[in-house]
Amino acid sequence: MTTVDRATYYRDVRMVPFDLVKEVVVATVGVLIGVVILAAVFSSPDVPAVTIASWATADPVDFVTTATGELAGSSTSADYGPPYNNNEGSVQTLWFLKPQSWAGVHTPVDPPGQFVIQPLQQAAVGNPALTAALSTFQGAGDDQRAAWLDAYTTALADAQFDGGQVTVVAGDYGPTPVLMNSLLALARTGGLDGLLLANDQFFATDYTGSLLFMGDGSYLSGLASQQNLTGNQWGMMNETGRYPGQAWLWLYTLGYQVPPFDQEHGFLGINAGNADLAITVTVGVFTLLLVLVPFIPGLRDIPRRIPLHRMIWRRYYAELRDPPAAGDVSEGTDRAQPGTGPTGPVTI
Amino acid sequence: MPTSQPAYVHSWVYLFGAITIAALIWVVASGVVLAFFGPQWWHHSSIGRFFNSLHFWGVQVFFVFMVLHLWAQFWAAGWRDGRGLTWVIGVVTFLASVVTGFTGYISQQNFAAQWIAVNAKDAVNGTGMGALFNPLNFGQAYGIHVMLLPVSVVLLTAAHIAMVRMNGIVLPIGAPAAAAPDAATSSGARS
Repeated sequence: MTTVDRATYYRDVRMVPFDLVKEVVVATVGVLIGVVILAAVFSSPDVPAVTIASWATADPVDFVTTATGELAGSSTSADYGPPYNNNEGSVQTLWFLKPQSWAGVHTPVDPPGQFVIQPLQQAAVGNPALTAALSTFQGAGDDQRAAWLDAYTTALADAQFDGGQVTVVAGDYGPTPVLMNSLLALARTGGLDGLLLANDQFFATDYTGSLLFMGDGSYLSGLASQQNLTGNQWGMMNETGRYPGQAWLWLYTLGYQVPPFDQEHGFLGINAGNADLAITVTVGVFTLLLVLVPFIPGLRDIPRRIPLHRMIWRRYYAELRDPPAAGDVSEGTDRAQPGTGPTGPVTI
Repeated sequence: MPTSQPAYVHSWVYLFGAITIAALIWVVASGVVLAFFGPQWWHHSSIGRFFNSLHFWGVQVFFVFMVLHLWAQFWAAGWRDGRGLTWVIGVVTFLASVVTGFTGYISQQNFAAQWIAVNAKDAVNGTGMGALFNPLNFGQAYGIHVMLLPVSVVLLTAAHIAMVRMNGIVLPIGAPAAAAPDAATSSGARS
């Protein structure tokens, strides 16, 4: 690297007066005016958050179906794997890469206990019927509980909501209907929102439990689909309503729309099952290339080989071909002269 | 502070960076107001909603012109003549801005924030980053969004601007060379 003074670097370049402060002020005020107009005219998106209560009220059957899956340990969250538990249902691997497993459990979540049993134990105080149902369920063997939950899950496919209760055809479900309708009642009052968030402390800002629970159901994703926010709808770069979202994530979002990332089997070990990891690795490689482009032969030659720069410096190249006479230009015609022009050092 | 510039700088392309900086100023300013009144203020206050809108549209303007600036500098091969580090810092600033935007979107405390967080957790967890960052933890995302990342973006931007001012605007591709270019950072676009 060689350091030359500014005048030497620009010795053959026509210089014009420049007021940095003026440029910054004009740009800042101009952008403020533009942003104020956009804010005043279009406001900003703010579709209210879904709560456990609003979910249980709007779609009680989906809530009970999801809660039954949580209790059975068959929900996505219950079977997820790190960082929530040691299962493998959502663990992604790519070739020899197993970063999710390597990272281990850092946010322990126990869906049957945290989402169902513990809230019901709180609600059972002063409620003999619920206390008895809980006692029966917890006193039963694993096989018996699984049989009740399997049968109840199957029956929920044709469930009805009537009188504040989710009802199914008669069957051997043990205490499951009592447990689930008690949880539903708790959820519809808003009590479950508080219990899932509180987690034995007064101040709370961690919504992991609530969001995992809601994410396991189909209500949240149904609302997202209506707003074009799901993965196969380019949802990552969309926003609710007609507002622009994170459009700058277009390359990352693109991955979810094309093979092999969106295919069940894919190829080269890349498929929908490990799409998050595979796309992140792919975008990571592109990003690294973008960062290091000045140092990569071939890549750094692209701007010279595809001469879009001729549009950027159109006037400069025109002046090179047909130099203006001194009186032909309305602004500065001075050329920086070594030793006489602006003298800041320039590293080249 | 320079009082003259090469005439070729008089192009719309060179405004992209300036507009990006101007937008960043208003994004930070509106963000400071939003942070001062708390994360729920803008949901139930019309003036809060307006400041959130300033923040929202400021971010959109910031990214639009940052991306335009990035592509313009790519096609201009702005890394030539010893400006490789300026390019690297610029791209890193863009990446830090993307993460800042992401943590902002999941800090909105509305439906979009919920859905983005629920979906993003799989990508974060799949890469093992879930051990460090939990998108479902509002407190963590909000803290990172209003403090750590903005400070990083502002410092990186300051470093980027300082290097641009120190090195001057790169000559057009094909301009007569001022001196032998540094092979590591300039030979690609120098014709």
